[in-house]
Amino acid sequence: MLVVASLVCGFIFGLGLLISGMMQPAKVLAFLDILGIRNGTWDPSLAVVMAAALAVAGLGTILARQRPQPVLAPTFDVPTKTAIDTPLIAGSALFGIGWGLVGLCPGPALENLATLSPPLIVFCVAMAAGMIAHDQWYAKRPAAPPSGALAGADG
Amino acid sequence: MANFTPLSAAIGGALIGLASLLLMLLLGRVAGISGIAAGILGIGSLDRGWRLAFIAGLILAPVAAMLAGYAVPAPTMPASWFIVITAGFLVGFGARLGGGCTSGHGICGIARFSKRSIAATLVFMGAAVIVVALMRHVVGG
Repeated sequence: MLVVASLVCGFIFGLGLLISGMMQPAKVLAFLDILGIRNGTWDPSLAVVMAAALAVAGLGTILARQRPQPVLAPTFDVPTKTAIDTPLIAGSALFGIGWGLVGLCPGPALENLATLSPPLIVFCVAMAAGMIAHDQWYAKRPAAPPSGALAGADG
Repeated sequence: MANFTPLSAAIGGALIGLASLLLMLLLGRVAGISGIAAGILGIGSLDRGWRLAFIAGLILAPVAAMLAGYAVPAPTMPASWFIVITAGFLVGFGARLGGGCTSGHGICGIARFSKRSIAATLVFMGAAVIVVALMRHVVGG
């Protein structure tokens, strides 16, 4: 049941990315290209996608806080960190540089595997390598925290 | 703003939000794609089932659209393999170091009113805007 629910959630998420046009790196880059506002090529669609997603997901937060536990699981597993620290800022900056170079973030990248595009597959392999490289490095640090903290990131 | 598609953006965005809402209410999990994917790649990870199912659903959406006769074009990618590989690595490494990506911080995190996620989103948006400006208007200009 848990697996079926998760599959349906992934499917709805994928439909959202597809319908909004966010599967297309060109459309994402047209948003990030703010200087395009000068000649009318700037595309604010991504801001509308985020606003609509936040409105519905925010409602989810309010509904979840009224429940003692999720419908299909024993506990809510939500991030607990609150500090704005160096890893958060450095990691987000590196992520933003990569996102700006191609216009792909993890969701649309994985979803685009359905198109079997060779450069896209290479991108996904490099992305997986980046994730593994980070997690290996993180686990080998001298003051490595318990392994549970690895998966317990913000998202 | 000739390419602006507010209606499909609003519908698609609402669906992305709905998926995040359902995953939280049903499974109690955050719909952060980088975190979900990293949990699949991780050694000794015990809860791969729901993660694999979510990613499978994500990939099945465009497959279903294709089967229904809807054209799903291949993504436009840079010609340079160096850029493709560098960008992919930075996206994967950066999302893990920063604890999330566009979905985990940008949508789920902000929807939970997390200051960390607001900060992360401002930083990656800013970095991406600067990179695109440099690539299109300085290097490519």
